[in-house]
Formats: sequence, C-alpha cells, structure tokens
Amino acid sequence: MEQKIYQKKKILVLMITFTLIFVILIVRLGYLMIFRADYYSQKAKDLHERERVIKAARGRILDRNGVVLADNKTVCTISVIHSQITDANEVVRVLAKELSMTEDAVRKKVERVSSIEKIKSNVSKEIGDAIRAYNLAGVKVDEDYKRYYVYDELASKVLGFTGGDNQGILGLEVKYEEYLSGEAGKILTLTDSRGIELDFSRENRIEPEAGDDLYISIDYNIQTYAQQLAYTTLEKKQAKAVSIIVMNPNNGEIYAMANVPEYNLNDPFTLPEGSIFNNETEKYALLNNMWRNTCVNDTYEPGSTFKMITASIGLEENIVSLDNSYTCPGYKMVEDRRIRCHKTQGHGTQTFAQTLMNSCNPAFIEWGLRVGTDRFFEYFDTMGINGKTGIDLPGEAATIMHNKKNVGQVELATVSFGQSFQITPIQMLRTTASIINGGKIVTPHFAISSGEKTFLYNTKDSSISEETSATMRSLLESVVSEGGGKLAQVEGYSIGGKTATSEKLPRGNGKYIASFIGFAPANNPQVIAMCIIDEPQGVYYGGTIAAPVIGELFDNILPYLEIEK
Amino acid sequence: MVDKEKREKIKRKNKAKENFDYALLLIIVILIGIGFVMLYSTSSYTSQLEYGDSFYYVKKLLIALAVALVGLFFTVKIDYHFWFRFKWLWYIASVIAVLSVMIPGLGKTVNNARRWIVLGPLQIQPAEFVKLAMIIVIAWFICYLKKNVNYIRTMFVILAFTAFVSILIWAVNDNLSTAIIVFGIAAVMCFVANKKYTPFVAAAGTLVALVSVFVVSIRNMNTSESFRIRRILVWLNPEQYASEGGYQVMQGLYAIGSGGLFGKGLGKSIQKLGFIPEAQNDMIFSIICEELGLFGATAILILFVMLLWRLVNIAIHAKDLFGSMIAVGVFAHIAIQVILNVAVVTNTIPNTGITLPFISYGGTSIVFLLAEMGIVLNVSSQCEYKE
Repeated sequence: MEQKIYQKKKILVLMITFTLIFVILIVRLGYLMIFRADYYSQKAKDLHERERVIKAARGRILDRNGVVLADNKTVCTISVIHSQITDANEVVRVLAKELSMTEDAVRKKVERVSSIEKIKSNVSKEIGDAIRAYNLAGVKVDEDYKRYYVYDELASKVLGFTGGDNQGILGLEVKYEEYLSGEAGKILTLTDSRGIELDFSRENRIEPEAGDDLYISIDYNIQTYAQQLAYTTLEKKQAKAVSIIVMNPNNGEIYAMANVPEYNLNDPFTLPEGSIFNNETEKYALLNNMWRNTCVNDTYEPGSTFKMITASIGLEENIVSLDNSYTCPGYKMVEDRRIRCHKTQGHGTQTFAQTLMNSCNPAFIEWGLRVGTDRFFEYFDTMGINGKTGIDLPGEAATIMHNKKNVGQVELATVSFGQSFQITPIQMLRTTASIINGGKIVTPHFAISSGEKTFLYNTKDSSISEETSATMRSLLESVVSEGGGKLAQVEGYSIGGKTATSEKLPRGNGKYIASFIGFAPANNPQVIAMCIIDEPQGVYYGGTIAAPVIGELFDNILPYLEIEK
Repeated sequence: MVDKEKREKIKRKNKAKENFDYALLLIIVILIGIGFVMLYSTSSYTSQLEYGDSFYYVKKLLIALAVALVGLFFTVKIDYHFWFRFKWLWYIASVIAVLSVMIPGLGKTVNNARRWIVLGPLQIQPAEFVKLAMIIVIAWFICYLKKNVNYIRTMFVILAFTAFVSILIWAVNDNLSTAIIVFGIAAVMCFVANKKYTPFVAAAGTLVALVSVFVVSIRNMNTSESFRIRRILVWLNPEQYASEGGYQVMQGLYAIGSGGLFGKGLGKSIQKLGFIPEAQNDMIFSIICEELGLFGATAILILFVMLLWRLVNIAIHAKDLFGSMIAVGVFAHIAIQVILNVAVVTNTIPNTGITLPFISYGGTSIVFLLAEMGIVLNVSSQCEYKE
C-alpha cells in the first residue's frame, strides 16, 4: 500500500490549484470591500437609517411696530410603537382619558401591528406633557410647531394661512414662504430590520433652522380700527362687502387692508354659518370666495374717482386749465348717444374746479374727448394704470382696459368718467397716490424686512409733473371742503379726496359700488385711504356713505400717525 | 525479548508524539474559537428577540462541541486502520443515512427540505455523516483496487457509485450543495489516485465549458418557473430579483461592502440585526467581512489555506495509501466547502446553502468535521518522514 511519487505530485498540483482559487476569492473580496464599498455601504445606510423630520419653527409675522400677528405654538403628536408597548390596556386607558377619545378608537390603533401608529396630532402642549409624565412604554410624544394667528381675523386676507405641514397656502404666508419656512431638521437613527431604533446607536441629528421673521408695513392699530370701521359700515349699510385700504402715498407701504367679512385664520376651512353647498367642489368654491382679497384679486368699475386721472392728464397736457368752464345741461351727446349726468337737471355753468367738485359727467366727457384716445392710452402706460401694481400678494388681477383699436368716441367718453373698464382697488389707489405725491408711481407693498433682508421696491416717475400734482391736490382738497366729499372732513385737518358711485353690471339691477379715496394732509399727503362699499342697501352714493367712513378713519388715525394739523 | 518489545512500543509512542500534527490541531482550535466569537456576535441580537436568550445558539453549539471533542479524542486515539475494516459497509451506511430522513417519525422537514432526523433531544443532519463515510469508503476502494486504479474505467466505477449517493442526497434531502461536495471529494480523490492528467483536465474543461454555455443561454431568460434556474437569474442580477431570493444575496453584499478595509469592529454589524435572515448559518462570512473588514476576512481565509497545507503535508507523508487518501479526501472536503461558501457569499456563484466549516452554526457539522480531523491527526501521528 505504498503511495507513489506521482500521487505526491498530484497532491501538490491540487494544493496549488486550490490556493489559486483562494487568491481569486480574496481578490473578489477586495473588489467588493474596497471598490464597491461606497456603493454598498450607502445602500446599507439607506436601509438602516430611519429619518424623522423635525419641523422648523416658521418665522413670525410682525407689524411695523413689532406686534406679533402670526406666531407658532408648540403642539404635540401622540403616537404608539406597537412592538414597544408592554401594557396595552393601560396605554388605551390613559390615552383615551387624556385625549378625550373613546377607548375603542384608541384600542383599534394601539392594537394595529405597525411600526408607528399616530393616535392624534395637534394636541396641546399641556396634554402632551401630561401624557409624557405617565412614562408609558411604547407611547411617543413628539413636539411640533403649528401656526397660530394671534388676532384670529385680523388682516386675514393679507396674511393668509398655512397648511398641515406649515407651508404657506395663501397671502403673505405663501408669498414669503422661502423666508418664513426655514429649513426642516432631521433625526437619523439606526434601526434593526423590524424598524426598532437601536439603543446603542448615536442619534444623528440635524437641527432645524427656524424661518426668518417677516416685518410688514401693516400697523396693528390702524388695521384693527379700519377693520372695525368696515364691519360697522357693513352692518349699517347691509352691504355685501366693505374694503378699506390705508397706504403711505409716498412709498407704497400699506398700513391697513381690511376686506370684511374677514375669516378666522386659525380655522380657515369653516364657512360662515348658513352656507349652502351640495358637494366638495361647491364647498371649495365658497371657501375660495371667502378667502379672496377683493382689493387685489378682483377688479371693479372705478367710476368717478377715475375723473382724477382724466383731470390730471388734461392739466398735464395743458388741454384744460383752471380757467376753463363748462355748462352742463344734464346730458351730453356723443355721436348718436345721449349720455346723462347724474344730476338730470344739469349743473349749469361750472369752472374746471367745480366740474370736479360736482363730479359732472358731461364736463368730464368734454375734457376726455379733448385729451383724445391716443393721449389717454399713452398716459395709461406712463401712469402705470395698465397691468399690475406688483403688490406682494399672490393672484393680483390686471387692469381690463379696452383694446385701443376699438375705442371710439362713445368708449372714450365713458372711460373719461371711469366707466366701461375694470381696475383693481389697489391699482386705483396707487394711481391716485401718483397724482397727489408729485408724480411718483410707487409699488404698494407689505413686506419691509425679513432676517438680514430688507425688501426694496420700485418707484417710477409718472408722466404727471409736480406742478400738475400740486394743482390736483388743491382741486381735490376743494372737493372735500366744498364739493361732493364734504362728509370726509376732519376737524383741524385738510383732507383731499374724490367720491365715486358706480352701478354694477348689468346696468339697472340696482346694485351699486360706493367708494371714496381720500388723503391727508391735502397739501402734503402722508396717508391715502380708500373705502369701497359693495352693494350697499338704501343710500348708495359714495359721497354720502363712503366719504364719512374715511373721514372717521382719518379722525382717528391722523393723530395716531402724528400728522400735524 | 519482552524488554525489546516494550522498548519498541515506547519508541513508537514517542515517534507518534513527535509526528502528531500539533500545528493542524492549533489551526482547528483557532478556527473553532473564531467561530464561537462570530456566532455569538452574529446571533445574539436575533436569538435574544426570538428565544429571549442571546446565548441560545452558542449554548446549543457548545453541547455539540462537547460531543465533537469526545469524538475527536477517540478518533485521534484509534488507529485509523480500524476504519479500514468496515470496507464497503461505509457505502451501505451512507445510503441508509440519506434514506433515514424518509422514515416516518424519524425524519424532520425544515423549510420544505427533508434534511434532518430526530433522535430524542438530538437533531442530526445525516448528510454530514455521508461526507465522512464516503471519504473512508473511497479511500478503502482505491487501496482495494491496487494497480487497477490507473484504469479510467475504474475511475468511472468510483464516480458512478458516488454519483448514486449524490443524486440520492439531492433527490431525498433536497440538498444540492452536499451532493456537489460529495461528488467533488470523490473526483479529487480519483484525480490523486490515478496516474493520468489528461482525462481529468479534459473533464474539468468540459464541465467549465458546459456551465458557461448554460449560464449564457439562460442569461436572457426571465420567465422560467424552475427554482434552480431562477436562482441562477437571481445570481446574475440580484438587485432586480430582490423580492425572490436576491434579497439575501443583496443583504450579504451590503454587509461585505460596508465592512471596508478594517471593518466596523467586532459586534458592530448592523446587517446581523435581522436584515440577513439566519446570518449565523450560510451567511456568517458576510458578517465577518462587515465586522472585521477585508483584513479579518483575508486572515480567516489564510487560516483555511494553512489548514489545507497541513492536510497536504499529512497526505504526502502518510505511512500508507489509505492514510494519504483519507487526508486528500478531508482536504477536498474542507477546500470545496470553504470555496463554495465564500463564492456564494460574494455572489461569485449562485446561491446554494453551504456552511463555512468550523465557523457557521451547525451541530452535526462540527461533530463530523472534528471526527474527520481526529482521523487525519491519527494519520499524522503515524507519518514517516525520511531523513
């Protein structure tokens, strides 16, 4: 049974062969563990790490004096981790008691086999702390931020609100999302294959970065007062809606923008009582309507306030002068159309200033026809009337003006006294501001600063000169002191302004919009305000119902703004 | 005379002590030691969850190790020629062992495979015994054939008999990997016993060619229903077939890849936390890679190469052909099993359930492995080294 030499040789051949295979395997291992290491360890990491998002605190919104309008409050999310619960009955009992839920509802969730089950979110911090104090195994209390609007309805249509993930949905909240939202943080924890967090692994935490506070031009006091005034007017006139805008005419900062009825920002999805809808689509249509900022999102026919524009173009172009006069017979024929004055018996002979004070339609048709279509449209551009104002709210509507080609004498006549086209209230206000501030087209705005950033806005020169502007100021002062705007007078202050009453389309339905734009002090305007009353019942003249609103407003805010008498 | 006989005996004993392969024993001890450390590291978390005892697998294997050490003691002591006496009975025993799983009340089915027999508190995998028995019977048969061993047709006889057992293991136990190992052992032993090279090289070449053609031909298949073919598809593209078996392979690769050069450190594997199912069995090498890195894994592979080298040394210097062939058989067993295991874990070949000798969890495996080592150590103690 002696073994042979060749067998020893074969054994060595075997050894060498197998050793070679081992070398190949080690090379393969080296390839996997060095060259593919990044790829596989990343994949493994993705598999092992559970990511929990920590919401960032949203930046607050503060008024021009630092009054907090939109804040955050800490809320808690209560959830259970099925596999970590030791005493399910106790968990059910405590959670049902503290969260005022039925035991059945809680039990259903507690007994569900899932990695993590949410019991209730947006629980107040007090209740969250109370639950945490029980120290129940498997119950997790996560803190979270929720947007909180300190004054519920205040400036609701300006501020807008946020959604479930604290993302801006409407108004300034969505416009300044990038400043307010901040950077969400993350908690990365290692888990085993069942998703259970591992005790020994260090939590990898990326802290959230809070959003920047947003300072806006709204003045809490003025806004509150304007809103109260609007509500009072709404009730007194049984109107559909009342809007009041208060702005600095020299830089476009908006002190107040009230659109009543406002809605509760802390509960934006609840329609007013008595709302009727058949399905979700209809409900959303109603909600959208409730959230609309009519000053910015909707257009209206401005009516007589637009005569300020016709007058200033005429003065600027030297087509009319203060020496001109016009005799109003109560109507004016334009081509074959007889356009009536609101005073059917006629105003008789009036100076230029008187035509404005009386808001005489035939006179302004005369001035408008003198200006002519070409010049009118040229001024629409140079005064910034066409298009949008660029206000920092989403969804601004643009001016709806005739196509120049289609403007005949009749159209020109109606445009001259502010009919047959549509414009947003904010555009009307901004244009009026440019007429009285010496010819500057400002950008109406809210945001002043956020974090390090100070917002800058364009101011363009209008084609209205300082001289025309001065003339207009004194003319408009006389409208309030002697003309149709008398009710806007404020003891001790010089007020300028213009009234308007426009009949809503279709004509003859008895629905009106009464409005008034006023500014003070008349010779050196520091504040401009507008009141629009939509569908008032009873008396509907702007001079009768809208002018006194602005008068009352000025009576209160002019001393507050420390504007000299 | 009596004195002379006594002196001879003492001389033989001294010689046995001198030749006993302590290096081989040391390597075995080290591998088993590493095995236990890695078994605890790999299984403690999941066994704590499943059985409430992080030492569950370690304890079970310690009991098996105690049995195995008794076996080792006896096999080291008993002259290996003792096993020669049973001749072809080893073969009969192998066939019976494979078939024993079919005996009602004895066989046990785990994961749809009949691989176990239950004897009271013991669970035994008969296929592990078959490896040892086949090594001995083939070694005996080669000695029995004497010069006829150089005929190719006698090789065919050996391989045919082995193939029968392999097919039985495959068909009855549904254990393709053990079938391959048994046949591989026989092929290696035939290669060493026979004078010729060409037939073996030709056979190996043909095999490689056939496998390559097969793999290339099914490469573009993706609708096959066959379990084996799907396994090959999973191997070719584990990420695409993650839901049907590629999962385990991918998890193994994640473990290996995230180990890097030096590993995460002993006990720090994440993949063992349930991501790799039953990581203590076939996939333990991937956890070694993750925790000990390329260096640790290579060190273990080098330990195996050293073990193989000791076996080669014993095979070359064995006193007779029987001892030499047993050493060759054990060599083939360890080499094939380690290579297949590492190749599976690194996704170099398709997944077949193969354990890593001495390190993977497995009671029957450690008992018969140490029995094999005992016999080889006895061979080593009778080696003759020419001056």
